Amino acid sequence: MPRVKLVDIAHARSGDKGDTANVGLIARRPEYYAILRDQVTAARVKEHFRGICRGNVERFEVPNLGALNFLLHESLDGGGTVSLKTDAQGKTYSSALLRMEVDVP
Amino acid sequence: MIRIANGQGFWGDSVEAPVEQVKRGPIDYLTLDYLAEVTMSIMQKQRSRDPRLGYARDFVEMLGRVLPELAARNIKVIANAGGVNPEACRAAVEDIIRKNGFAGRFKIGVVAGDDIMGRLNEFISAGMEMKNLDTGAPLSSVVNRVQSANVYLGAAPVAAALGQGATIVITGRVTDTGVALAPMIHEFGWAADDWDRLAAGTVAGHTVECGAQSTGGNCLIDWESIPNLADVGYPIIEANPDGTFVITKHAGTGGRVTVAGVKEQLVYEMGDPKSYITPDVVADFTTIHLEQDGENRVRFSGIRGRPATEFYKVSVSYSAGFKAVGSLVYAWPDAYRKAENAARILRERLDRLGLRFDAVLIEFVGANACHGPLAGTPPADLAEVGLRFGVRSENKAHVERFTKEIAPLVLNGPPTVTGFAGGRPKVEEIVAYWPALIPKSAVQPKISVTET
Repeated sequence: MPRVKLVDIAHARSGDKGDTANVGLIARRPEYYAILRDQVTAARVKEHFRGICRGNVERFEVPNLGALNFLLHESLDGGGTVSLKTDAQGKTYSSALLRMEVDVP
Repeated sequence: MIRIANGQGFWGDSVEAPVEQVKRGPIDYLTLDYLAEVTMSIMQKQRSRDPRLGYARDFVEMLGRVLPELAARNIKVIANAGGVNPEACRAAVEDIIRKNGFAGRFKIGVVAGDDIMGRLNEFISAGMEMKNLDTGAPLSSVVNRVQSANVYLGAAPVAAALGQGATIVITGRVTDTGVALAPMIHEFGWAADDWDRLAAGTVAGHTVECGAQSTGGNCLIDWESIPNLADVGYPIIEANPDGTFVITKHAGTGGRVTVAGVKEQLVYEMGDPKSYITPDVVADFTTIHLEQDGENRVRFSGIRGRPATEFYKVSVSYSAGFKAVGSLVYAWPDAYRKAENAARILRERLDRLGLRFDAVLIEFVGANACHGPLAGTPPADLAEVGLRFGVRSENKAHVERFTKEIAPLVLNGPPTVTGFAGGRPKVEEIVAYWPALIPKSAVQPKISVTET
């Protein structure tokens, strides 16, 4: 079974709400959604963002958009105006998630 | 069908976009967002220095450029440009209308009542804790450091102002989705409990609220082939009375409107997709059906909603200490190791000085500032690395002392370093946000419409 990076089968956009970042992960084709749903679990995303995400990760399914939405709590050094980070709003966490590898049939 | 154009995605967005939206094709409404969270505290400070200030002056300038078209084509404008002083904004708008010879041609509506800064102690005494939605702490713990406090009003008072004949509506804090939904409620006569249609209008508002982010800007999919972003068209909602709508942009503008691109905007800042909560309705994003409806047109249908909650969201800003960030650039060879070494030296010097910080953040731009550990080990031959060193403290003196320790590194630290020409970093006061809820019954929106 070939292994690919998510960037090959998905696209994404991320944003913030306080110290929580959200990453919306969208399948590039309808048939890829099942791969995302089955393999990109909240636990894997939490592990993927270790060193960045200090809180828990919540996952929501949005099948009509072929998408998953992740909330990464405590991930922005306090968030917004408090944060010292270059990316205080988690704008680049979208492509950070796309570094993850999954198996494709 | 009515056309609602977004001309401003956030405070600091293109000042040309709203003018282009008016001049380059047919629209019925122009909506604009001028209020970032940080804006309210800045505006409170401006108003405390001068009672005629505290609103978005960009808005008044913009209006001055498009009044002839607005009048000739009967285009209505809705903007949250009122900030913390909507009446002062009204006076400035009246002034520019008169100066341009359009007196009597516009009616100005003001939606206020969102500013609860002066009532916080009254609310707290009445048992409303306004607990921080993230931490659970009661507002009383920071109430003496508050700089601004506003509820997010919804579409209803804006629609009411339109109903009283307003052609320019100036608001304080109103949700981004509310300014787009209000014209639909007004034009189509949607009932206050028509949850599916209110949800549809809310989804339309969410899709356009970030300006060009739905028309090709910040779009990851196929980004390099998106045409002519230099002349990107901002989004337009073609709204129908039945709640279906099309997102498009003016013909001849750059950018791209596709199902995939619109999906990126739909998931932006998303929480629970089944419960997108506004003062107007709870919209269910898992019911949205999208289809491409010709070039640069995406049709939305099927959207369902549930009854609105009994609460307004409150956004309180409060003073939360100080911060400063300094940076230097290190060049090849060993750029990353030099930057790391400099960071270590700087930390040691701050320790020796006895400075204490709540947070110290060290980043290496070019190596891992965005993706942290996910970026992996930096390649040995990086051409250059930016060292970014930030500190945060309640103690302003400690942050100030820190700012004097960056430049010396150029002469007394690792070699081939530059990028310090900007001088010492600035100490910034941190204005933090306190998200909370308050019962709707505690706040009354105020609507007033006046002739010019």
